[in-house]
This record gives sequence, C-alpha cells and structure tokens, in this order.
Amino acid sequence: MSLLDVEGLRVTYRGRPPVRAVDGVDLAVDAGQVVGLVGESGCGKSTIARAVCGLVKPAAGTVTFDGAPVTPLGLRRRPAALTRVQMVFQDPYASLHPRRAIGLQIGDGVRAAGARGVDSADPATWLRRVGLDPDATGRFPFEFSGGQRQRIAIARSLAARPDLLVGDEPISALDASTQAIVAALMRDLAVEAGAGLLFISHDLSVVRLIADRLVVMYRGRVVESGPAQEIWRDPQHPYTQALLAAVPLPDGSGRMPEPPVDDAHYPLEPVLR
Amino acid sequence: MTVLEISGLTLRIGGSEILRGVDLSLEAGQVQGLAGESGSGKTMTGLAVMGLQPSGSHVGGTVTYGGEDLLTLAPRRRNALRGTDIAMVFQDPSTSLHPMLSVSAQLTDHLRHHLGLSRTAARGRAVELLARVRIRDPEAALRRYPHQFSGGQRQRIAIAIALACSPSVLIADEPTTALDVTVQAGVLHLLRDLASEMGLAVLLVTHDLGVMSAVADRVAVMRHGEVVENGERHQVFTAPAHPYTASLLASLPGAAGGVQTLDDVRRLS
Repeated sequence: MSLLDVEGLRVTYRGRPPVRAVDGVDLAVDAGQVVGLVGESGCGKSTIARAVCGLVKPAAGTVTFDGAPVTPLGLRRRPAALTRVQMVFQDPYASLHPRRAIGLQIGDGVRAAGARGVDSADPATWLRRVGLDPDATGRFPFEFSGGQRQRIAIARSLAARPDLLVGDEPISALDASTQAIVAALMRDLAVEAGAGLLFISHDLSVVRLIADRLVVMYRGRVVESGPAQEIWRDPQHPYTQALLAAVPLPDGSGRMPEPPVDDAHYPLEPVLR
Repeated sequence: MTVLEISGLTLRIGGSEILRGVDLSLEAGQVQGLAGESGSGKTMTGLAVMGLQPSGSHVGGTVTYGGEDLLTLAPRRRNALRGTDIAMVFQDPSTSLHPMLSVSAQLTDHLRHHLGLSRTAARGRAVELLARVRIRDPEAALRRYPHQFSGGQRQRIAIAIALACSPSVLIADEPTTALDVTVQAGVLHLLRDLASEMGLAVLLVTHDLGVMSAVADRVAVMRHGEVVENGERHQVFTAPAHPYTASLLASLPGAAGGVQTLDDVRRLS
C-alpha cells in the first residue's frame, strides 16, 4: 500500500449536463517519491489535487492517505492528522497573507506540526533551507519577488512537516529562469524529509526533470503513466505524443511545434508501465 | 524593408525609468521577438508604440512609421493609424473581446468605423477574415458570442479583429501565454503564416523562449528597460553575445547549454 492511494476517483461538478471533471482515476504516491501529474487545462489535474486534500467531495472512488480515508473538509477545522498533507498553490501573491510578516506565516506551519506532536524548526531555519535570508522573518510578502514568494510558501508548507506535499502548478506563475530551480528545490526538500510529492504542472519539460513517475491526463482520465524518463524519451499514447510534439523548444532552430489535427479525439485506453 | 523604427524610446512613470532608450526596427514579413522577464519593460515597449502607455507616464525618443513620428503626431492622426495601420493582439482573449457582443458586432463595427464599409460589405469581409484565421463555418461563427468559443478560437478571433483593416504592423503581446501548448502550436503557425503571406511586420512580445525560437526571425532581449541584445534568432540562441541572455538560456530545459538533468538544475542554484 502506498502513502497516497487514489482509486477509481470520479468527481463531477454541477451543470447541465453535469461535468465529469475526473472520471475514474487511479493514482499512487509512495513516501520519498515524486509523481508528476501533467495535462492541459480542463483535464482534471487540479480537481485531483483538491480531492487529495479533501477540498472537493468525490462522486465515486476513494482517496486513502496512509491507510485512512481523506474526509472532505467541512466548516470545521480539519483533523490534525490531515495537516500531514500540505499544498503549495500556483500564485504566491494570492496564497500568502499580504499583511502578515512571513515569519508568522511560516510559524503557522510550525504550529501545525506541533499540534501533531512533531518537532519542526523555527521560521528562520526554514527560510535558510529554501535559500532565503534567515533574518527576513519580519518582512512582508510584497518585499519579495515572485520566485522568492513561492519559496516562502514552500517553507510554510514544509514547516508543517508534511508526509505528502501537493503542488498545484507551483511554478507556472514564475519567470522561466526560476521555474526549474524552484521545482528542484521542492523535490529535494520533500525527498530529504521522506515525504511524497505530487507535482502538478502543464510544463512537461520541467516536470520530467524532477519527477520519478509521470501521470498524463486527458479528459478526466489517465492515459499514460510510468517512469518519467521513459515517457519523455518514448511516449506511447497518441495524446502524450501530441502533447510532446506541441512543446516549442528554446533551441533557436526555428522548428515550429506540431499542432494536433483539428478536434482530435484520442483514445482513452491508458498505456500503463 | 523597415516599416516601423523605434529609436531611443524612453518611458518614465513618476521617478522610475521603465524604458531607458529602446531601439528596434520592424521589417515587413518578419517577426521581431522581444523577450525578457517580468518587469523588464517588454510589454511597455509595445504599449508605448501604440500610444497606450499608462496615464501620467512620459514618453521620449521616436517611433517612425511612414515618415512620421508617432510620438509627436496629433491625437486625431494617431487615432486614425491605431487599429488600422498598426494593430495589437493582447494576452488574454477572454478579456480583450467584449463578452456581451456577438463576434459579428465586434468585427463589423470595427470595419465600418475604420473603413466606412456598408453593413453587407462589412459582413462579407468579416467572413473572409474568420476564414483567414481558420475559424470553421465563419457564417455561423459570426452569430455567436465569445463564451461559445474555446480559448484558442477566441484568440484567433482577436487576431481577425486586429487584421480587419489590413495593418502593416502587428504588435502581439504574449498572444499564446494563456493557451494550452497544443492550441498554442496552431496559433503560432497562424502568426508565422500571416507575417510571410501578408508581409506583416510583427513585434512578438513573449517571455517564452520556446515560442520565440519557433517563430521569431530576430530576437531582442530586454532587461531593466534596455535591450541588452538583438540579433538573428539562431545566433542569439546558440551563441548569445550578452551574459544575461546566456544565463537565461542556461536555466531552461531544452535550450542549447540549458539544464538537461536535475543535477544541472542543482548546480544553478
């Protein structure tokens, strides 16, 4: 059994007809493992992240974290045990409180760990571990660049000493030159802590650098999953092939990315390896 | 042939200098890329050329088009050029199109205002334009509203509106940033074709060096309001002249000399 087990997950959103955002997805993340979840907008990847954290209620299927079901979050404070799952969101401008000193916000994470009886370091130490100045605890989010803010959000999540870290597009709001660096930092700190990392992104070229396994989603289903390097080198599913062919490479060759044929419908039968 | 020449362009808002003397020339049929990170001034360059800079900013230098300096032109004359000779496409088609007006209204109003076409002539031209940007069944598309189209189709419609008056210059500010990669690929092909087939001079503003590598003929790199390097695409990507360009490329997976493995990334930080 894995640290995180998602089985037959289905999530529907209200509408006429109801939207099946996630339609029967199986997914597992082991301790110390990095799983990259990739796909285009609307494929259901963020919905999976939200279900893993209990932010949406599944219509069918189960989400099991360390042997116990993840209960959807209600109005009350989430059970202390579930602070072992932490998230890093896309936009650090929105996920950090603009008017609280960053040391206090990282301190929230430290207290979440304390509530479970787990030791955490102090905020200054966490700042140092994400590559920021440990003396900056009294400063505010606006004093930092986008990449630095995302490092602060990562420090806050890690300070809660999670066993599972979920990043929902944590690098897509950052400048290109810092994306790979922040992604690698997340990977290294999660693995070092023995935690699992579910890293969601639409940017395959960065994800394949940090992920052990890749899961490719299309229209609410998993269409391909397997070791990251293998999929990057030799994609088997037609959708994965189309996705990779459409990525423009910054190699100066002037090679145009291949657009898929109009309104292509790819088979939904998965390639699992 | 140089269509538009930007020379010594400066822009100041309050005490801060956003642009510190930008020089660029746009050639017919060519895509001039303008790259840089957030805050480098690349978007402001495009806006200043259009005369759409934020109010309260001071613009200096010259932008020469058809023998006239756009920056000192009478507002009336400048309005006549904006949208007809020099058109712009923005990043997010869901905000640049009017949500409550049909595609027909947005395309034909533009044609009738600028070109004085009759209702039927404008409609005919609108159908042509939608076909040009490869919207299927353009007749039916005219009756629909922006929310009935996907993001990629919306951006194609925004491009059709920009092309309505057969401009000579198109300024495209992050035109594919809001799109998925598979959709982006189609829009990039369209931009490339428009430049070569219509002889459009395109200024492509983007932070995405992959996009730049695919469609730009020349690439300029901005930093702190200055162009630090401007050269032929292949040369800029494979033998960058400025250390800043080299450092940008070094951080990208897939670039020549860019990061290839996790260890490469770790060495950067």
